[in-house]
Amino acid sequence: MFPKDFKYSREHEWVKIEGTKVRLGITHYAQDALGDVVFVELPEVGTEFAANDSIGVIESVKAVSDVYTPVSGKVVAINEALLDSPELVNEDPYGDGWIVEMEMSDTGELDNLMTAEEYQKFLKEEA
Amino acid sequence: MNFVPNTDRDRQKMLEFLGMNSLADLFAHIPDSIKLKKELDLPEGMSELELVRHVRQLSDKNANLEEYNSFLGAGSYQHYIPSIVNHLLLRSEFYTAYTPYQPEISQGTLQAIYEFQSLICQLTGMDVANASMYDASTAMAEAAALASGQTRKNKIVVSSTVHPEYRRVLKTYAEAQGLEVVETGYRDGVTDLEDLEAKLSDNTSAIIVQQPNFFGCIEPMKDISAAVKKTRAMFITSVDPVSLGVLRPPAEYGADIVVGDAQAFGNPISFGGPHVGFFAVTKKLMRKMPGRIAGKTKDKDGRRGFVLTLQAREQHIRREKATSNICSNQALAALAATITMVTLGRQGLKEMAVQCVNKAHYACQQLTTVEGVKRTFSAPFFKEFVVTADRDINTINNGLLKQKIIGGLPVERFYPELKNSSLLCVTEVKSKEQIDELVSAWEGLK
Amino acid sequence: MTEPLIFELSKPGRKAYSLPALDVPEKSLEDLLPEEELRQKDPAFPEVSEVDVVRHYTRLSQLNHGVDTGFYPLGSCTMKYNPKVNEDLARLPGFAHIHPYQQEETVQGALKIMYELNRYLSEITGMERFSLQPAAGAHGELTGLMIIKKYHKDRGDNRRTQVIVPDSAHGTNPASAAVCGYETVEIPSNDKGSIDIEALKEAVSDKTAALMLTNPNTIGLFEENIEEIAAIVHEAGGLLYYDGANMNAIMGIARPGDMGFDIVHLNLHKTFSTPHGGGGPGAGPVGVKDFLVPYLPNPLVEYDSANNRYYLDYDRPQSIGQTKAYYGNFGVAVKAYAYIMSVGGKGLKEVAENAVLNANYLMRKLSRYYHLPYDQTCMHEFIITPKPFKEKGIHTLDIAKRMLDFGYHPPTIYFPLIVDEAMMFEPTETESKETLDNFVKSMLQIARECEENPEIVKSAPHNTPVGRLDEVTAARKPDLKWDS
Repeated sequence: MFPKDFKYSREHEWVKIEGTKVRLGITHYAQDALGDVVFVELPEVGTEFAANDSIGVIESVKAVSDVYTPVSGKVVAINEALLDSPELVNEDPYGDGWIVEMEMSDTGELDNLMTAEEYQKFLKEEA
Repeated sequence: MNFVPNTDRDRQKMLEFLGMNSLADLFAHIPDSIKLKKELDLPEGMSELELVRHVRQLSDKNANLEEYNSFLGAGSYQHYIPSIVNHLLLRSEFYTAYTPYQPEISQGTLQAIYEFQSLICQLTGMDVANASMYDASTAMAEAAALASGQTRKNKIVVSSTVHPEYRRVLKTYAEAQGLEVVETGYRDGVTDLEDLEAKLSDNTSAIIVQQPNFFGCIEPMKDISAAVKKTRAMFITSVDPVSLGVLRPPAEYGADIVVGDAQAFGNPISFGGPHVGFFAVTKKLMRKMPGRIAGKTKDKDGRRGFVLTLQAREQHIRREKATSNICSNQALAALAATITMVTLGRQGLKEMAVQCVNKAHYACQQLTTVEGVKRTFSAPFFKEFVVTADRDINTINNGLLKQKIIGGLPVERFYPELKNSSLLCVTEVKSKEQIDELVSAWEGLK
Repeated sequence: MTEPLIFELSKPGRKAYSLPALDVPEKSLEDLLPEEELRQKDPAFPEVSEVDVVRHYTRLSQLNHGVDTGFYPLGSCTMKYNPKVNEDLARLPGFAHIHPYQQEETVQGALKIMYELNRYLSEITGMERFSLQPAAGAHGELTGLMIIKKYHKDRGDNRRTQVIVPDSAHGTNPASAAVCGYETVEIPSNDKGSIDIEALKEAVSDKTAALMLTNPNTIGLFEENIEEIAAIVHEAGGLLYYDGANMNAIMGIARPGDMGFDIVHLNLHKTFSTPHGGGGPGAGPVGVKDFLVPYLPNPLVEYDSANNRYYLDYDRPQSIGQTKAYYGNFGVAVKAYAYIMSVGGKGLKEVAENAVLNANYLMRKLSRYYHLPYDQTCMHEFIITPKPFKEKGIHTLDIAKRMLDFGYHPPTIYFPLIVDEAMMFEPTETESKETLDNFVKSMLQIARECEENPEIVKSAPHNTPVGRLDEVTAARKPDLKWDS
C-alpha cells in the first residue's frame, strides 16, 4: 500500500527520490478518497514551483483536488499518458499513475516529509 | 386560492399524530422577539376569474408588438416563432421538472440540452457549447473572467460597438473581480482597428467584439482577428445566432470563446427576459467553461443515455475555489431555441437570415429617401442600421407612436455623440407593407 | 426505450417551417455583405417535418418526471405545484410581446407589475426595496455580494476581504463569494445543526465583509440564536446576507428583516411557484434595508404619484451598475406576481404553515424506519439517513434510485455535506396527506427490501427509461455534441 522507499506529504502526495530529482504522485489513500479519476490537469514542463504550490488538479466525477508539490523546483517531465488515461491514477498510483518529475532546488526540503511508517500513522490519526 | 389540498380535518389528524394542538405549535421554537406580530400587508387573495381580469387589465396597458408595428431590436428581436414551440414548451414534464440531477427520469431534458449544444456548435463552428447561460450579457462577463483566469492577465479590451448594456454588465462583474475594462473607439460604425491595436498590451487577457455589432454593422473580423492573434490574449465574440445563417462561423476567424443570445430563436422578447445566453469554446477550454454541460454515455445495459457531466468545474463541487457561481441554465428557453432551430432546419435558417438582410436593406433604402434622413454609417449591415434625421428622434418616435408604429432606438441614449440618430431593426416578420407604412408615416411627420 | 437524436431523423429536403415569400426586391448576398464575412458551408441543422419535431419532443417530454407527474420532495428546491393560470397570464401579448426599449408610456402595466412585486416582496421579507434584475438565486447572491463590496468600499473600509459561511451552506454561497473576489471563511455547525456561536465569535474581525446564512438552515432547522448571530456580525462591522432558498417555511411567520438581515435574495421559482423549467429560467430578486437601497442595480422602477406614472430610474450614482441586460426575467416576475395576488397575505402564511406541517408529519412517519440525525421540530424540510441499513451495504444513492421505481422523485441527496449520507426531503404545502401517506408506504417497502432483499435496492432503478448511467466514462471521454 505504501512503498517503503518513498516519502509522503500531509497532502497525500508521494515522492520517489532519484538523486536531485523526484517523481511525484498521489497516494493510494488519496486516489481511493477521490474515486474514479476522470481528468488530470498537468503543469507545463519547465515551470518552477515553490514547495506547497499547487502544480495541477485531479478531478473525479464528484470531487476535485489540487496536487501540491512538497518540494521546490522545476518540472522536468509530465506523465502525458494521464491525459488520455486518467484512470492510471486509480489503477497504479505508485507506478504508471505518476504525475510529474521535478528537479529539486533544495533537497533539504525532503527532511520535512514522512516515511511510509510515519504516513500510515498520520492516516490513522486523521481518521 | 393557496393551492393547499389538505382540509381542516386533515390538518387536525396530522397535528394529533405530532402531538400538537395547533399550527402555532409548529413554530413555538422561533423566538417570540422576532415573530411577526401582524398580518402581512398584502392584498386579499383572488379567485382565478378576478386574477385573470386584474392581470389582463395590466397587460392591456402595454402596447404589444403584435398590435404595433415595431422597428426596435438592439439585442431583443422579433422573429418567427413556430406555433409548435409553445405547445411543446407547455408539456409540463418539461416545465415542471427541476434540474436533471436524476438522469434516469430526466432523459428528456438532458437529450434536449445535448441537442442544443450540438446546434450551437454547428452554428458557431466551435468544439464545445454549454447548456446555456442567463443571457448574452452575463455570458460575456463570464467569458471575460474565464479568459482572464486562463491567461492570468487582467485587462479586457472591449469594442465600443458591443451592446452598451452588455458592456455595463461586464464592468460591474469586472469591478467585483478586480479586472480592468478598456473600451476602443469606433469609426464609421465599426471597431476602430488602430485604436484597438493601440490598446492591446502584454497585460490584455481578452478582446471582445460583437458581430454584427450594436449598430447592426458587420465588423471586419478578418482584420480584427489578425490584430488579436499578434497577442496572447483570447478572442471573445458575441454573435447574433440568426446572422450565422449567412455570416462566417466565429471558429473560422479564430474565436476562442463565442457568446450570444438565442432569444431570437423561439423566445418572445418578454420585456427583455427571460432570454437565453449561449457559450461555446475551443476544446482547450472545455474543462474551464462555466455552466452545465450534458454528455452522452451508456447505462449498465449498454443503452444510450445522457448525464450532466464535467461537474468538477461547478460550484457545488468547487465551492470556495469556484471560478463561476452559475448553477442553473435557462433550460426551457434553450428548449424553445432548440425546437425553433430544428424547425427551421438547414434551409429555414438560411432563408430567415437572407430575408432579414434583404428586408433591412429595403427599409434602409426607402427610409433614406425621406428628406433629412441619411445613413449614419456606410459599413455593411445585417438586420439593423442607424439613420440620422434632421431633428430629434424622440419627437419623431412620438409622432410614429400615434400611428401605432414603434420607431427605432434613439442611440444618443448610449452614444451621446450620435444626436438625432435611430437604430432600426427589420427581420423576416416585417412585411413590405409594414416597412412602407413606417416610411410614409415618417415622411408625413414633416 | 431510447429516442433518436433529432439529427438522426433528418432527411434532405424535409421542411417543418414556412416563411412568406420575400416581398421586397431580392439582391444577392454578395451585393449586400462583404464576401470575406460570408458563410461558405451551411451548418448541419436537421431537415425534418413538423410532425417529426412534435413527436420527437413529445417523446422526450415523456422521459421526464415533473411536479405534474408526481411527488417531488427535493429538499431546498421547493418543488411546489405551478399554477397553470400563471402560464396563461405571462403569455398575454401585453407581457410576452413588449420590448425593453419601448417608450415608458407604452409599458405602464409592465412597470406597475415590477413596482408592485417589489413592494410585496419587501413586505414579506421586511426589507425596504427589491431589484428584480438577478436571473437566478446564484445571480442574486452575486449581486448581493457586489452591493456589500461597494458599501464597504464607499465607506473607505477596504480591509473587509472575508465572507463567512457555515459548513452547511449551499455550494453557491462560497462560490459566489469567490467570484466576487472574497475569501471564504467556513465555520462549523454545532451538534444541533446550528451555527456554533463561539466559532462565529472567533471568525469575525475587521476583515469580515458579511455572513451568508440560510434560515431555516439547510438542515431544515430554524437558527434560534439568529439575533445573537446578527449582533456579533454587526458589532464586527459586517453585514448579514440572507439566502432565501428556504423562505417558504416562514412567510407570514417571521421576516429576515426583523431577524437582523441586511440583504436577501429570493428564489421566485421556489417560494413563489414559478416553474423550474428543467433548470431555468428562474429569478433571484435582491432586497435590501434602507441604507443599502442606493447600491441596488440599475435601473429601479419608481412611481411618480403626482402624475400616476411609473418610470425607470437610472440616475442612481451609487448603484453597483447592471448585473444583467434590461430589467431581469420579467416573464418570471409576472408569474410570481400572479401567485401572490392569488394567494394573498393571509394565504402566504397558510402556505408556510402547511409546508411545515407536511414536513413534520412526513419526518415523524419516516423516522420509524430511517435514521433521524436531528430529532426536533423541523421547518419545511428535514434530513433522514439510511444508517439502519449500513450493514447491508445500502447507501443513500441506492434508496434514491429505488424511489424512482415507485414513481417518485428522490429527495436531495448527499447534501448538506455535514451529514453523512443525507437525504433531504421537502414535501411542500401543495401535497395532500394521502400523497404523503402513500409515499410513506413506499418508503416502508423500500426499508423492508433493504433488510430482506438489498440487491433489488442496490441495482435500482428497474422501471425507468434507462438504468444507472456511466458517469465516469462520460467525464473521462466527453461526448458533448452530435457531429455530422
